[in-house]
Amino acid sequence: MIAQPAPKQEVLARRDAIVAGLRRLLPESGVIAEPIRLRPYETDGLAAYRQPPLAVALPETTEQVAAVLRFLHEEGVRIIPRGAGTSLSGGALPMADAVVVGLMRLNRILAIDYADRCATVQAGVTNIGITQAVQGTGFFYAPDPSSQLACMIGGNVGMNSGGAHCLRYGVTANNLLGLKIVTVSGEIIDIGGAHLDAAGYDWLGLLTGSEGQLAVVTEVTVRILRGPEGARAMLAAFRANEVAGACVDAIISSGIIPVALEFMDRPAIHACEAFAHAGYPLDAEAMLIIEVEGSPAEQDFLLSRIREICERHDPISLKVSQSAEESAAIWKGRKGAFGAVGRISPDYLCMDGTIPTGRLPEVLRRIGEMSERYGLKVANIFHAGDGNLHPLIMFDANDPDSFARAERFGADVLRLCVEVGGCLTGEHGVGVEKRDLMDAQFTPTDLAQQRRIKDAFDPLWLLNPSKVFPLVETLKQAA
Amino acid sequence: MQTSFTAEQLRDPAIAASNQVLRTCVHCGFCTATCPTFVLLGDELDSPRGRIYLIKDMLESGRPATGDVARHVDRCLSCLSCMTTCPSGVHYMHLVDHARTVIEETFRRPWHDRMLRALLAAVLPYPGRMRAALAAARLGRPFAALVPGSTTLGRRLRAMLALAPRGQMPRSTLDGVRTHPAEGTRRARVALLAGCAQRVLDPGINDATIRLLTRLGVEVVVARGAGCCGALTHHMGRHAPAMASARANIDAWTREIEGDGLDAIVVNTSGCGTTLKDYGFMFRTGEAALRERAERVASLVADISEFLVRIGYAPTREPPGLTVAYHAACSLQHGQRVTEAPKLLLRKAGFRVVEPAEGHLCCGSAGTYNLLQPEIATRLRDRKLQNIRTTAPDLIAAGNIGCLTQLAGGGLPTVHTVALLDWMAGGPAPAGLKPAPPATGTR
Ligand SMILES: Cc1cc2nc3c(=O)[nH]c(=O)nc-3n(C[C@H](O)[C@H](O)[C@H](O)COP(=O)(O)OP(=O)(O)OC[C@H]3O[C@@H](n4cnc5c(N)ncnc54)[C@H](O)[C@@H]3O)c2cc1C
Ligand code: SF4
Ligand code: SF4
Repeated sequence: MIAQPAPKQEVLARRDAIVAGLRRLLPESGVIAEPIRLRPYETDGLAAYRQPPLAVALPETTEQVAAVLRFLHEEGVRIIPRGAGTSLSGGALPMADAVVVGLMRLNRILAIDYADRCATVQAGVTNIGITQAVQGTGFFYAPDPSSQLACMIGGNVGMNSGGAHCLRYGVTANNLLGLKIVTVSGEIIDIGGAHLDAAGYDWLGLLTGSEGQLAVVTEVTVRILRGPEGARAMLAAFRANEVAGACVDAIISSGIIPVALEFMDRPAIHACEAFAHAGYPLDAEAMLIIEVEGSPAEQDFLLSRIREICERHDPISLKVSQSAEESAAIWKGRKGAFGAVGRISPDYLCMDGTIPTGRLPEVLRRIGEMSERYGLKVANIFHAGDGNLHPLIMFDANDPDSFARAERFGADVLRLCVEVGGCLTGEHGVGVEKRDLMDAQFTPTDLAQQRRIKDAFDPLWLLNPSKVFPLVETLKQAA
Repeated sequence: MQTSFTAEQLRDPAIAASNQVLRTCVHCGFCTATCPTFVLLGDELDSPRGRIYLIKDMLESGRPATGDVARHVDRCLSCLSCMTTCPSGVHYMHLVDHARTVIEETFRRPWHDRMLRALLAAVLPYPGRMRAALAAARLGRPFAALVPGSTTLGRRLRAMLALAPRGQMPRSTLDGVRTHPAEGTRRARVALLAGCAQRVLDPGINDATIRLLTRLGVEVVVARGAGCCGALTHHMGRHAPAMASARANIDAWTREIEGDGLDAIVVNTSGCGTTLKDYGFMFRTGEAALRERAERVASLVADISEFLVRIGYAPTREPPGLTVAYHAACSLQHGQRVTEAPKLLLRKAGFRVVEPAEGHLCCGSAGTYNLLQPEIATRLRDRKLQNIRTTAPDLIAAGNIGCLTQLAGGGLPTVHTVALLDWMAGGPAPAGLKPAPPATGTR
């Protein structure tokens, strides 16, 4: 279990008054305080870590968010912003003395401007909800986390989320134009807007990926893009993880940038096929999903070059999708991949680190060795094109020893990423999961500078305080 | 997901089955986004993942259900959209059915809630009682304005009065207990679930089914002793009457299977079809012989659209030049995963088929839901009708009586898919539509 700072006793003692205060600010259904009803809010997409909050507030407007934050700030109560609760690093994990502020009721599309190619939506609109709102006219919102069906744009900003197609289109930060935020003391501030380069400091850059620690986002203006003329996916099956890894490196170093380049190993292929019936190669040890887009001629050209490279790696099979339905099934399998692993294991820890693609074969081999050593199976599913690994470590949460081994295994994987010149986080954020590994990546001076930014926005360390920074340091800071 | 049942608890087969379901859930949250109540209410507690958590907590604690848990589980439509979405294969239906039973057994609802539920359970599964009740409701409709509006009870009463059909209540001419011989050479022999509430609300559906099937060379038997499938009481957590209904059907159809034989058990109310297909699970802990009979019956069940695709359907009339908005009933698209067959058949029959946006969202009918949760049901109906109107259809087709009743009165005719197919294959025009286009023999 992850360590949490000690709850503030004086806040726990004032629980009833705090709840009553929230009830004065929000409609009746917007405040949850009964112990039984708090339980479902005790965790997010990283269900191994759990802690029921003091209360949950569900505001419906920016003004209500501001009123709630102002009140909690005055009362000295910690605040956990929450979107859809799909974080895989425990970013939305509550604390016993904190109020969870859920943004899911802010779920309206506010404005769509096709001429200037941007859309303004509230923070609780799902990622796919933006694309659904504009796709009738041939547009889409590019960053596509696998969780896009459920995760909310506010959470995407919180984690600077990426996805399969970010190889070509960039992550959340590259597609963001403006934010409406509420500061911890309840001030409403607009940043950026429906134009490219905002005046002054790059506040957007600072706030994106700040994991709910600097401010609460209530509105987001994103760039929308016109969809490509067409796209086609190819499935390439290989005899070994390392071979598929080498093929990824060969494609990237040839200078071709497909729109997506995804990797799955044997356990993942089987679990996903059971869910999506996409025609994945069940005889393969590893598989790549490679997507190209553009005019039919462009697609043919790129696919033929990629095919040549694949053929040099002794593939078991190479198959190009023949229809839109087939492509949809291929992506349904990939996007449902983590959930589908639930079919073969009751629980998993999803790692998220990045490495230089040249080191893929070696890293995959060493993860395989760790899997033997810890006696836990691994499914590898990841955004191979940008070296963003997601080994899923399978364990049984009803067996405490298996969970302890999974945690140690996970930490080893992330240290390995740093060792080969990569990074602790790819796109899932630090959260609580990687908090205590931050000093493997950063020097004490680095971390001190980062904490000073948090100090400036939130001097009392009320906003999501137990995340991102190693706990001891956090406590010192808050004291 | 982690669970903490004791070995003692896990000896209860119902708990063991639910533990299995819970352990399959990885808490990824995908299902929240496609859940109608989460979309409307924006609260984890009204999402599948939240309900799964509440149910887990209730079952693990072994304590009686509380009003809080009952409230959020009651709001679940059992639409099973979450099961279509779930990548992990979580069998939410079995979990929520178990939870409803525990709630029914351990939680004492307010008196008016108990009364209404008892009334529904006593009336809906019995066509005779239902006919009488609807006649009374029609007499009562003029007084609807007098029912106090602000109370839950008042809102529910008005919802019930509003559902009573307006015109004459015709009776079926065909669906009594008997065997309808195939026209020409017999290609198959099937049992038809004549159903309960549907045969009162729209007897034309069974008539159309029987006409169409016999014309296609299928012998159709309405078996003696078969009746309500048990779904209505099952979804209210009333375990014993649900099992009794199911048992009666299993016995009735087993006699047919072992007598003249059955190639299928055809269902034209998809809500019932979902339950029939689950008989094997419902009787999994019974004695071996009964379990086998239940499994055999369940394996023969086919929605009318599935069965028609299997035996082949062809129209005999000119295309009617009508645009049909196909409304996918949840029990068909999520419960039984039958998604393409009805659209395929309607296109084959010559209709232009359009599919409204948000097709995965429930229309709010959901069995007795529109009577028990009128507010949410009405919001879902209005949203559904809005999405349908955007496609500018001439009529709405669906494969489930609940949806047809729920969407009626929105300004567009609502017709069962099979009634349209029968029409284009020589049957009479469904009520509310223009007369039939000319016959052309086979096309
Ligand atoms: C099956 C699965 C697959 C996934 N695949 C991907 C993937 O491909 N790529 C990827 O990048 N991620 C992926 N994720 C991780 C996760 O979906 C993302 O991190 C997502 O952006 C979280 O969004 P959310 O709405 O669920 O936010 P939450 O989990 O609720 O919160 C995430 C963080 O953002 C903060 N936050 C949320 N809303 C706000 C707000 N309005 N203002 C300020 N702070 C806020 C929270 O405090 C928390 O720190 C996946 C998760 C799952 C379960
Ligand atoms: S989609 Fe399935 S695995 Fe994911 S939270 Fe919902 S029920 Fe659980
Ligand atoms: S059955 Fe329908 S209403 Fe119930 S939890 Fe699942 S999606 Fe939501």
